[in-house]
Amino acid sequence: MTSRPGAPVVEMHGITVALGGVRVLDDVNLVLRPGEVHALMGENGAGKSTLIGALTGTVPLLAGDVVVDGAPTTPTSVARSRADGIATVFQETHLSPHLTVAENVMIGHEVRGWFGIDWGRTRERASAALAALGLEDIDPRAPLSALSPATKQLVAVARAIVLEPRVLVLDEPTSSLDADEAARLLGVVRRLCDQGVAVLFVSHFLEQVFEVSDRMTVLRGGRVVAEYRTAEVERAELISKMLGEDIDALQALRSQRLAHHYAGSGEATLRAASLGRQGVLEPTDLELSRGEVVGFAGLRGSGRTELARLMSGAERADRGELWLDGARVQLRSPGVALRHRIAMSSENVRDDGIVAGLTVRENIVLALQALRGWSRPLSRGEQDAVVDTYLDALHLSADDLDRPAGELSGGTQQKVLLARLLATRPHVLILDEPTRGIDIAAKLEIQRRVARLAGEGVAVVFISSQLEEVVRLADRIVVLKDREKIGELSNGPGVTVDTIVEMIAADVDELDELDELDPGDS
Amino acid sequence: MPTSPTPSTASAAADASGGFGAVVRHPLFWPVVALVALLAVNTAVRPGFLSVSILDDHLFGSPIDILRNCAPLMLVALGMSLVIATRGIDLSVGAVVAISGAVALTFIAGAPDPASTTTVFLAIGMALVLGLVLGVWNGFLVSVLGIQPIIATLILMTAGRGVAMLITEGQITTVTSAPFKTLGAGYWLGLPVATLVAFGVFGLVALLVRRTALGMLVESVGINPAASRLAGVRARTIVWTVFALSGLFSGLAGLILSSNVMAADANNAGLFIELDAILAVVIGGTSLAGGKFSLSGTFVGVLIIATLSLTVTNVGISPLVTPLFKALVVAAVTLLQSPAMRRKLAERTRRRGRTAPVPPSDKPADVSTDKVVA
Repeated sequence: MTSRPGAPVVEMHGITVALGGVRVLDDVNLVLRPGEVHALMGENGAGKSTLIGALTGTVPLLAGDVVVDGAPTTPTSVARSRADGIATVFQETHLSPHLTVAENVMIGHEVRGWFGIDWGRTRERASAALAALGLEDIDPRAPLSALSPATKQLVAVARAIVLEPRVLVLDEPTSSLDADEAARLLGVVRRLCDQGVAVLFVSHFLEQVFEVSDRMTVLRGGRVVAEYRTAEVERAELISKMLGEDIDALQALRSQRLAHHYAGSGEATLRAASLGRQGVLEPTDLELSRGEVVGFAGLRGSGRTELARLMSGAERADRGELWLDGARVQLRSPGVALRHRIAMSSENVRDDGIVAGLTVRENIVLALQALRGWSRPLSRGEQDAVVDTYLDALHLSADDLDRPAGELSGGTQQKVLLARLLATRPHVLILDEPTRGIDIAAKLEIQRRVARLAGEGVAVVFISSQLEEVVRLADRIVVLKDREKIGELSNGPGVTVDTIVEMIAADVDELDELDELDPGDS
Repeated sequence: MPTSPTPSTASAAADASGGFGAVVRHPLFWPVVALVALLAVNTAVRPGFLSVSILDDHLFGSPIDILRNCAPLMLVALGMSLVIATRGIDLSVGAVVAISGAVALTFIAGAPDPASTTTVFLAIGMALVLGLVLGVWNGFLVSVLGIQPIIATLILMTAGRGVAMLITEGQITTVTSAPFKTLGAGYWLGLPVATLVAFGVFGLVALLVRRTALGMLVESVGINPAASRLAGVRARTIVWTVFALSGLFSGLAGLILSSNVMAADANNAGLFIELDAILAVVIGGTSLAGGKFSLSGTFVGVLIIATLSLTVTNVGISPLVTPLFKALVVAAVTLLQSPAMRRKLAERTRRRGRTAPVPPSDKPADVSTDKVVA
C-alpha cells in the first residue's frame, strides 16, 4: 500500500455505458477508499452489476474515466483489472465442486516448480489465504463439494485475496447463506477492510449493508440518486431513494394485512398426523386451514423445507398420515399433490423451479398442462386467458412472455413460478423462500399476493429465513428446530421476532445457540 | 403450435422481420444450404442427376433413390430426436433393427406359405411388438432404475446382435415373399412404399408432438427434470415413452431394411445406423444436452446424410476414402451452425458494410445486455 492513507484507490468519473442502444449507466461517479466498505444500493436493473462490470473490464465504456491510484487506466479485461489490483469474489456456484479446496483457491495461480505445478507449495499458499480468513481448520485437499455453502463462499473470497488485491468486489456474496453464515462472511470482509483493502459490496440484505458498510451509493435507473455515510442515513430514507415513489407500498401492505386477519374458524384443510421421514423430519402434527397464512420459522436445516416437501409430495413420507378435507391422501409425487390442489414452490427457483429454456408463457402453463396430461393441450386461447390473468395480477411484462425464462431476473422468475402454481388454482399453497434474493418491489408484490390469496380462502404456508417477514405475514407461526416442530405461536400484537428467537433458544440447554439467529435480518 | 422452432412459426418470424438476415439466422438455413450444395455438386457431375422419369408405372431417378434409401434412417432418427430431447441417447437402435429383421424373416421362412398376406402381417406385427418391447426395456432401465442412457442402451446394443444371431441360427436368412418385398422395394402411386411409410410416420409423429403438449413436456423434462417433476410433469412416464417409441420406430426401420434386400443379416443390418441417426439429429440443430428439439431439422439432417451416401458413388469417390468425405461435409455443416462461427461471420459481414451508416446495435449486443444487467 504505497498510496497516502485515505486517498482514493479507485475513482470513476462520468461512467456511461450503453448496451443494445439503451443507456444503462449515465454519468455515474464512484470513489473507493482503502479501509472502507462501500455499498452499492439499488433495485434489480438499477445498474449495480453493470457498474461492477465497468470497473472489472467486462463492460465497455461509452464515456467516463477510471483512475486507479491516481493513474488513469482503461479496464478492458478482467486480467487487466486484476493487474490493477482489483479482484472480484464470485458466487460460490461459480467454483468447481469436484476440485479440491486448494485447487479452487489457486486455480490460474498455481506455484510452478521444475516439473510443472509444485502442489506442496500451491497448497501452502492456499492454506495461507484460507488462514487469513480464519479458515485454518479446512483441509486444502478436501473436495469443495464436502463444504457447506457458507464455507464455499469463503473459499471464493480466498480465491480473490490470493492476489493480494487492493480493491475487493463482492456481488451478492451472502444471498445463499444463513444468517450466522452471513455474519461470518461479513466479519471477514470487515477484517480485510481493516487491513486497508477497499471493498465494494452489493447485497439485497439491508441489515447486512448497514452492519458492514461505511458509505453507500444509491443507483436508480442507471444514475446515482444519493450518496451517504452509512452512520448518517435512515433506513426509510434509503428505501425511498431506492424505490422512488414506491415507499407508500410498505405502509399499504401493513394495513392490508390487518384488514385480512384470519378469524380462526373453519375446519383444517390439510392435516398432518405424525408425518415424518427417517433422517429427514421427526413425526410432526400440523393443521392448515382455509384463509390462513401459516409461517414456518426456523434456521436452515431446522426442518422447515423438509416439512414443506413432505406435505407437498416432493418427498415421500415414510411415517404418519396426511388428511385432506377429511380424507386420507397419499402424495406419491408432486403431480399427485397438484391433483389434490396442493402446490409448492421450491426454495431454489433457478435449479428446480423455472425451466430456463422454455418461454415465460410455457413456464406459466406448465403445471396446468401437466395436470391435464399431454394428450389434452391447452389451446392458444386458454393459454392466453391463464397468462393474462397472472400477467396483470403479478405485474409481469407482456414483452417477456416469449423470452426464455432463464434470461429474467430472480424476482421475475419467482413471480413466474408463483403464476404457474396459481394457475392450478390450489387450495393449499406452500411457498418456500419465495422472496429470497429478489428486490424490494418484487418482494412487496409477492407478500401482498400472499395476503390476498389467504383472503380468497387459500391455505398458505410461508417460509422465510427473514423472521420479520414471517411475523408480518403469518396468522400462525410454526417454529421448527433440529428437524422437529417445537411449537406454534398464534400471531398477534405481542409476537415479534424476539418471541420466536426466545422460543428457539428456550428449547435447548446451551444458550450460546441463541447467536445462531440474527433477528434483524430483513 | 406455440412450443418450438417448427418451420411454420420460424419462417413466420423470418417473414415478419422481412430481411435476408432473419433467413440466415434461421436454425435450418445452413443445413438446407448444405443439402442444396450437395445436390448442386451432383448435378454438376451428372447433369441428369435431378431428373425424374416414369419407368414401369413408377417414378425413377436419383432423387427417388435418396427418398427410398433414407427411409430406415428417417424412422430411427425420429425416435432418436425425442430420446435426445429428454437428455438421453439410444445406442441400441441398430441392434433393434437387426432383431426386427431377423424375427420377421425367420417367421416368414418357417411359415407354410411365405407369400400369404396373413403370414406377412403376422411377421410385421411380431417384429413391431418386439421392437416396442425392447424400447420399453431400455426405458425401464433409464427411467425406473435410473441407469445412464448411454450405458443402459449399450447393454442392448451389445446383446442385440447376439439375440438376432440366435434367432437366425447364425445364418443369413433369405426368403421369397412378394407381399413382404412390397414394404421395402414396392411402389404405390408411383412412389416407394418405404418412403411413404417412413414419411407418413414421421409426419404423424411431428403432428402429434406439436399439436399435443407432448413436445413441450418432453422439452421441459430435457431442460430441467427436477423442476418439471415439481411442476407435476410425469418425467418418468415421458422418458419411458420416448425410449419405447424409439424401439418401435427402429423395429419398423428393420422391417424396411430387411424387406429391401429380402435377407436378415444379424451382423450387418443397421450397422452404425445409431451414429448416422445421432448425426442427423445434431445436423438438424438439436443439442445433445437435451431440451429444445427440432423434428424438421432432423428431417433435413437425414436427407443430407442420404444424399451424401449417393454423392459418394455418383461423384466417383473411391470407397476407401468415403468415410473421410462424409466427415468433411459433416464438419462443414456443424461448423456453420456453431454459435461462435456464426458470430465471426456476422462480424465480417458487418465490417464490410461499415461504409454505409449501419446502426451499431445488433444481436450480440442484446445478448450481452441480458448477461450483464442483473
